[in-house]
Amino acid sequence: MSGPRAYWLDRSENVSKIYRGLWLFGLALLAVDLALHKHEDFAFAAWFGFYCLFGFFACVVLVLVAKRLRGVLMRAEDYYER
Amino acid sequence: MSADFPVALVFLLGAVVVPLLHGRLRTAWMLLLPVAAFACLLTLPLGESGQVELLGQTLVLMRVDRLSLLFGYVFVLASLLNVIYALHLKDTVQHVAGLVYAGSSIGAVFAGDLMTLFIHWELTAVSSVLLIWAQRSDSSFRTGLRYVLVQLLSGMFLLAGALLHWRTTGSLAFGQIGLSGPAGVLILIAFGIKCAFPLLHNWLQDAYPAATPTGAVILSAFTTKLGIYALARAYPGTEMLIWVGTLMAAFPIFYAVIENDLRRVLAYSMNNQLGFMVVGIGIGSELAINGAVAHAFADILFKGLLFMSMGAVLLRTGTVKGSELGGLYKSMPWTTGFCMVGAASISAFPLFSGFVTKSMIMSAAAGEGLLLTWLVLLFASAGVFHHAGIKIPYFAFFGHDSGIRCQEAPRNMLVAMAIGAALCIGIGVFPQALYAILPYAVSYQPYSASHVVAQLQLLVFSALAFAVLMRTGIYPPELRSVNLDSDWFYRVLFASWAQRATDALQQARATFGRMLRSTGGRLYARIHRHHGPQGSLARTWPTGSMALWVTTMLLAWLALYYLP
Repeated sequence: MSGPRAYWLDRSENVSKIYRGLWLFGLALLAVDLALHKHEDFAFAAWFGFYCLFGFFACVVLVLVAKRLRGVLMRAEDYYER
Repeated sequence: MSADFPVALVFLLGAVVVPLLHGRLRTAWMLLLPVAAFACLLTLPLGESGQVELLGQTLVLMRVDRLSLLFGYVFVLASLLNVIYALHLKDTVQHVAGLVYAGSSIGAVFAGDLMTLFIHWELTAVSSVLLIWAQRSDSSFRTGLRYVLVQLLSGMFLLAGALLHWRTTGSLAFGQIGLSGPAGVLILIAFGIKCAFPLLHNWLQDAYPAATPTGAVILSAFTTKLGIYALARAYPGTEMLIWVGTLMAAFPIFYAVIENDLRRVLAYSMNNQLGFMVVGIGIGSELAINGAVAHAFADILFKGLLFMSMGAVLLRTGTVKGSELGGLYKSMPWTTGFCMVGAASISAFPLFSGFVTKSMIMSAAAGEGLLLTWLVLLFASAGVFHHAGIKIPYFAFFGHDSGIRCQEAPRNMLVAMAIGAALCIGIGVFPQALYAILPYAVSYQPYSASHVVAQLQLLVFSALAFAVLMRTGIYPPELRSVNLDSDWFYRVLFASWAQRATDALQQARATFGRMLRSTGGRLYARIHRHHGPQGSLARTWPTGSMALWVTTMLLAWLALYYLP
């Protein structure tokens, strides 16, 4: 038996590479807004970076609100069995 | 086979034979049934057939139009994938229940009148609960009981509504009903339970995670989409549905973020996807209805695929709790890949199925100028990527390595997942194939530069939000817990009321009993005093005293007689 196989993702610097890559990709997509004029039914949706900001902050708000909800809604796993 | 043969019977009669067959013969038979049903569908002429006279009513077993055919196709397709996915099982109950459930759902889709719909509606409830009870544990038994009660309640609403509809209109035909009378309201409640409207939704999150690994996959395909079909048939363009759907698309994603059971996360995200479809039906334009039913078609495939991947994880590791899993890509690379295809599809990445179906609903909402709805749906689109697209694969297959090392999923499961994944990508790449079978002609073009870029921006920045929150430690960890939802009302509040009422009744009974006993005791004592052995009224009197009294009375009479 050889030792446990080493995986590329096990190394934290590789995870950081993915993280940085994702930022680069995101910023590149943001840059596309400079060149591309979007056709939108609502005029504000065609603003520069609308979808980027909306996507980012929607998720941050979602997580922060959900985290707060835990304080109200979370119970022990056997709550209903007791 | 005759053209008016009800397709549902292929499954219902076929299922009867399954217990008699064993081994490869059973495998072959179960694979043959969906194939035969599909062949049957291809030969169906449009129009109504299979009329049966019953109690002075004409029941229409087969009403074939573009809407029912679309759902017929996808239900048959789903049943084929489900059969393949469950082939490794030796459990006859689940095999038979799965086929009867598929058959009754198909029967309901082709039902041309409300009575035929009702019969199939109830059959889906009764057959599907077996997929929960097949888990054979005490808690799944109780969950199944709750599930089937809710489903049968939906049936009761449907029956009451149908009879009222018949009384007022004189017809049982299942067509546009609308909200004009009480019958329409009752039937809408029946459909709303199946579609998991807000506050009527919790049976879904309660029951699906309790089903067997294969059972949850089968459940995810039929009941809710049958509700969507029925809604699209009877209530297109009902404005109230826009608001119901908007709410449905938004609130479950908050639950999905904090839920630990990954199959329950999927149940919440299903609720959210149903919201998109309900909005589409509420808008009611050709584009919106097309979008709603196309999204139902795509959802059956990608949600099935996601449930399949979680079922495989449950089968191999014994749990689907986010807090226990992680790093499974090392043991289950294929399952990981298929799960990610499902995740990309539900998140509506370009080239995956959700992109070409969900955007029709979004576009219809924007076209109607529904600003609030559009913004909420956009929020829900970002959110669904967050909790279903990233959270599910991340906590199960990547993230913190749980140290669990297991086998890859059985081969039949991988085959089913592969076909599901291929269909998700196929629809995303060649949307025209799906568009061609939609109820109305499609002129919508999903692949414009502005749409692709906008969607990628939305999704990539949602992913960045996840990554930032994860790396800064703000993201809430997966915790072993349950979150209160509307089922709390009937599992805790109503139950405690019922308990209190029972206690009060028992107390009243005991008090009444005590009162009765003490009153009775006093009454007895009094009777005993007067009539008992020592009682004055029960004494035996000597004959002499009798004679004395008679003499006294005679003397008194004599005295009175001689008085003037």
